[in-house]
Amino acid sequence: MSTSPPTPVLKAHGLVKCYGHVVALDGADFELRSGEILAVIGDNGAGKSTLIKALSGAIIPDQGEIFLDGKPVKFHSPIDARKQGIETVYQDLAVAPAMSIAENLFLGREIRKKGFLGSLLRILDKKRMLAETMAHMKVLQIGIRSMKQPVETLSGGQRQGVAVARSAAFARHVVIMDEPTAALGVKESNMVLDLIRRVRDRGLPVILISHNMPHVFDIADRIHIARLGKRAAVVNPHNISMSDTVAVMTGAKRPEELPAEALA
Amino acid sequence: MATQPLADSLAPPRSLASRLPSIAALGPFLALALACGFFASQTDRFLSGQNFSLILQQVMVVGVIAIGQTLIILTAGIDLSCGMIMALGSIVMTKLAVDSGLNPYLAIALGVLTCAAFGFLNGALITFIKLPPFIVTLGTLNIAFAITQIYSQSQTVTGLPEVLTFLGNTFRVGQTSVTYGTVTMLVMYLLTWFILRDTAAGRHVYALGNNPEATRLMGIPTRRLLISVYTIAGVLYGVAALMIVARTGVGDAMAGQTDNLDSITAVVLGGTSLFGGRGMILGTLIGALIVGVFRNGLTLMGVPSVYQILITGILVILAVTTDQMSRAKE
Repeated sequence: MSTSPPTPVLKAHGLVKCYGHVVALDGADFELRSGEILAVIGDNGAGKSTLIKALSGAIIPDQGEIFLDGKPVKFHSPIDARKQGIETVYQDLAVAPAMSIAENLFLGREIRKKGFLGSLLRILDKKRMLAETMAHMKVLQIGIRSMKQPVETLSGGQRQGVAVARSAAFARHVVIMDEPTAALGVKESNMVLDLIRRVRDRGLPVILISHNMPHVFDIADRIHIARLGKRAAVVNPHNISMSDTVAVMTGAKRPEELPAEALA
Repeated sequence: MATQPLADSLAPPRSLASRLPSIAALGPFLALALACGFFASQTDRFLSGQNFSLILQQVMVVGVIAIGQTLIILTAGIDLSCGMIMALGSIVMTKLAVDSGLNPYLAIALGVLTCAAFGFLNGALITFIKLPPFIVTLGTLNIAFAITQIYSQSQTVTGLPEVLTFLGNTFRVGQTSVTYGTVTMLVMYLLTWFILRDTAAGRHVYALGNNPEATRLMGIPTRRLLISVYTIAGVLYGVAALMIVARTGVGDAMAGQTDNLDSITAVVLGGTSLFGGRGMILGTLIGALIVGVFRNGLTLMGVPSVYQILITGILVILAVTTDQMSRAKE
């Protein structure tokens, strides 16, 4: 209260979304601050994925407002959201397996050669895309030797690394990660979690959707708990136990029963 | 606490596996070279410029159709209607030029346009009604065949103006006479090769066959892309129509009956995966040449044509098996 809080990077107020009789979002609020990893958790049907879809442009909410850097925005498609600098990493490893790492990184955003070779003949600048891919991978410390390698020759963790690098390379405001470790083993999950930290440390706030409580507690700066289409609470993982968090998530405990320092 | 960087521990050794695609790409070429070597050792008439020019002429029509077929198979589709669309195109252009007395250039344009319209119809049905390509093109195969028969009354169109058979004319390279149609086919292969390899649109065709959902999510207009691929294939069938007219000198309502399977054979022999997303257009040219070389060589050796069909069948099964097995390894 002493200092005025900085403008949240992404904020939503009173989001409502109904599918027929089913109310998926019932006036949900959301707030992502700069430089943080915000985990979004919730039981099935809590409105967690609908919230994320609204924020990434995959659905249009019936009511409510979304603010990006304090300015109201309306997304009509994921492409819309991407144009505004919000990138999403999908859980099912949305890559083209037979294509190279560089091609996947620049898929849909290819760079053409300068001059008439690019404008008239529309020839791609493969060299430049390759060099930029290597630069991006280096920043995130993803040690893959050749960017010409087809993605299918990589391990699951490395593939997810490519997807994360793609988002981090093009996101200007926010990276949304939908269950990025769901398909991975323990060791690879840790590597992807490390990668997510590096994305945050480069200054991009991250929204992490995950069912995996240890991962959430390992990595999140704050935890948004979705319940019954609303935001039940935002908690501080350093001051709350995993079991209390799950209790709020499932409704066994009301947020008001939590100690004040547990809230964030 | 400190987890390892995502780095070297995970980086696979630069293994044979990462180089496999390039080896796989050589397969069709090796098969072609072996076949040529075999026939050269069996008959002295095989190894001559004139004979190679003949082989190219023989594969010309299927070769051009197979370009369209490759594009479609790269998107994980298939086109059974190609031969019938070509036949319709050839009847439209010949009948308009001969019976309706239209300017032959205009007749050709309308014939190609008919083929493009059918390609567009295929693409639109597959994209918007989300029907499987196999079923859609089975339907349009019959529609195109029926329209061809109704329009031509199953009659062959003869007495064509010179313009329509231009692609059958030849020029000489040393001792060998080469048709303009052959050159047209080779130019079209090079052009397609360039587009697929060096332009974003070409790479998007591969991405679409690889992972349509990911391609859509990356902001690529996948529906427009898919319809374009089928329409362009239609245009190519129109060019093939002009070639078959030039080659036979007539408009034949019964043409193209086996070209759908022949073109798929060329695509598969050329190493393009029927599951979409992987393959090379020049492989298709090699695939078409393999079939052409076998037919030509066996004919020169005096082997009856049923055996040629038998061998083509075996080659196709071998090629598809290789494709399937290389995928199973992943």
